Amino acid sequence: MTEATIAVGHVSHDHGPPKGIVRWLTTTNHKDIGTMYLVFSLAMFLLGGAFALVIRSELFQPGLQLVDPAFFNQMTTMHALVMVFGAVMPATVGLANWMIPLQIGAADMALPRMNLFSFWLLAFAFLLLLSTFFVPGGAPASGWTLYPPLVLQTGQAFPMAIFAIHLMGASSIMGAINVIVTIVNMRAPGMTLLRMPLFSWSWLITAYLLIAVMPVFAGAVTMLLTDYFFDTSFFNAAGGGDPVLYQHIFWFFGHPEVYIMILPAFGIVSEVIQTFARKAIFGYETMVYAIASIAFLSFIVWAHHMFTVGMPLAGQLFFTLATMLIAVPTGLKIFNWTTTLWRGSLSFEPPMLFSLAFLFLFTIGGFSGLMLAIVPADFQYHDTYFVVAHFHYVLVPGSIFAIMSAVYYWLPKWTGHMYDMRLATWHFWLSAVFVNVLFFPQHFLGLAGMQRRVPDYATQFADWNMVSSIGGFGFGLSQLLFVWVIVQCVRGGARATAIVWEAPTGLEWTVPSPAPYHTFVKPPEVR
Amino acid sequence: MPEGVSELSREIYGMHMIMFWICLVIAFFTFGAMIYAMVRFRKSKGAVADQTLLHNARLEAAWTVIPVLILIAMAIPSVDKLIKIEDTSGSGLTVKVTGHQWYWQYEYLDTGVSFYSRLARTSDLARRKGSGIDPATVENYLLEVDKPMVIPTGVKVRLLLTSNDVIHAWWVPDFGMKRDAIPGFINEMWISVDADKPGTYRGVCAELCGADHGFMPIVVEAKPRAEFDTWLTQQGAAAAVARTE
Repeated sequence: MTEATIAVGHVSHDHGPPKGIVRWLTTTNHKDIGTMYLVFSLAMFLLGGAFALVIRSELFQPGLQLVDPAFFNQMTTMHALVMVFGAVMPATVGLANWMIPLQIGAADMALPRMNLFSFWLLAFAFLLLLSTFFVPGGAPASGWTLYPPLVLQTGQAFPMAIFAIHLMGASSIMGAINVIVTIVNMRAPGMTLLRMPLFSWSWLITAYLLIAVMPVFAGAVTMLLTDYFFDTSFFNAAGGGDPVLYQHIFWFFGHPEVYIMILPAFGIVSEVIQTFARKAIFGYETMVYAIASIAFLSFIVWAHHMFTVGMPLAGQLFFTLATMLIAVPTGLKIFNWTTTLWRGSLSFEPPMLFSLAFLFLFTIGGFSGLMLAIVPADFQYHDTYFVVAHFHYVLVPGSIFAIMSAVYYWLPKWTGHMYDMRLATWHFWLSAVFVNVLFFPQHFLGLAGMQRRVPDYATQFADWNMVSSIGGFGFGLSQLLFVWVIVQCVRGGARATAIVWEAPTGLEWTVPSPAPYHTFVKPPEVR
Repeated sequence: MPEGVSELSREIYGMHMIMFWICLVIAFFTFGAMIYAMVRFRKSKGAVADQTLLHNARLEAAWTVIPVLILIAMAIPSVDKLIKIEDTSGSGLTVKVTGHQWYWQYEYLDTGVSFYSRLARTSDLARRKGSGIDPATVENYLLEVDKPMVIPTGVKVRLLLTSNDVIHAWWVPDFGMKRDAIPGFINEMWISVDADKPGTYRGVCAELCGADHGFMPIVVEAKPRAEFDTWLTQQGAAAAVARTE
């Protein structure tokens, strides 16, 4: 890839990037930074996946075989933190870096140096977070939600984890500012907001969510920090505080956070479905408004994560209704995607396969979400494997399938090569089958009474846990195929044309493949 | 989900099943449409894209309004159940439940009866790493305690939940409810076992509370009122003896 981009750089009469490692350390190019984010995210995806396999190995059969309960809790905590902040979010940021300037006809991101800074902040944040495995007391083990008072029992990892979260937050906020400034100021002439591709739209809204909630999270963990070191008692009843206060603040961040992970996925799926249905998205404007209303509603549903803390009746009813309302714009999106398929001309390349699987499996996650919103039933579901199944359905075949769809969709544009479609199709079918073997039985486990975050379980849960673990290993190993397809594609392969697919729409397909180091130095005219 | 042994748990089970069937019906139509489109409009079968199908305000309004109506219909039945769940008045017995890392404490208010309830020794030995004991050979593995909580059947029992250290959650699926035990605060919930269903009911701590979160089960023996009263008197006498000694 390096050679290819430099060669094209020469054609366009500029000096191109420096060679070797210096290029990656000093680059302010949106494409290079996008690539770094994506590679980082892939590495974290594999690492977080390895943690998940430790979890699934221990749960393969009842009894403790491999790890101690304390280490098991470190695994569940770090799996979640790595997947949320290291894999899914950076992947969408990487896609944003690569694609937003190309989609709106801008030469680069608006704030390139800040862009680089936010990447390296993230990298150092993870260095800090992962190094907690080697300090006395081990990594944080209180769940990624970091509820006090339990989190205050963390050993020396505690301040390190908090500072890592601060750094990640700063990095995300800078990334978000960059997206907003770029989209607001750098659209090509004629690229009005309501002509903008849906991926860029979804990111614009995501960026506002990030700016709104990351500081809230930073505030919450800072209060934990002062509780730990300076006895401030924000969350300690003995000092006049309240542990539940933390949960309210956390989920005020946490709920928008889950939409931060899914909204870019909505954007991706919209792009991919139009291309492979050979038909423009049905109800473009309603799709935009639907994303915006989901974003708004995400701020007023947080307490549905904590119905069991004992809330006033009116509060429970409010959060039930607000949560159910989210199903309306989400359902609208599902129906509009289905209508986009309707009377289209469908073909089933790997990106389309992943997006179609998203459509089905995300919807399953939506149904279980609807069930969880009903408070009386939630009193049974809460903190069981039913919840684990629910959020993995919306995150794995939801966000992550959409990200894979995006990678298969734009990879030829990035590398200039076509990838091995046959292998990628294999990757899809293996992932799609195993992800269900992995997560579907977890619904049954939860309903049968198995609670979350336990290293061991009563013997009646043995069968479905074994099935789920087999699915876990199958899914995990299938991802090696993903890595292989990407590596192969970066190294070589059939030349990709500028449009790559049959008739994709969007400015990114007007530049050659691979996209030259500098694109749209002169803004294109959009009509 | 177990149907359970109380009026409340059966109502919750009923709601769960209704939700499940509604979701299944919606899924049938949504997935049906998706599958139909994927089979019918394939390029390989010569399908040509209809570029005029771009928006239809009426259609979109329909699938905004119809879900709203379905959702409201789904939410309404939960209101009266919630009111019932939150109403702890008229209880015949109050037990204070305290979560500890990692066991439970039960105090029968105004009787002087108070005891701890820990994971049974058989399970505790088997669950050690490298114990060499097959969990399948242990009866009620991880769901047995040394001294169970005892409640009378057919009586509304009010639980006052709190914790001594971190947040725990008290959950017996057969009773339909779980609620957090939060240090420094007292949460309320009530349970009631049908008069004709005495028996042993098992549950777990449902809020991550540290390393042994998975090893602090709950066992509740529901006995007919007379048997329960005898038990309570014995316990009270034993407690009184213990105090004087």
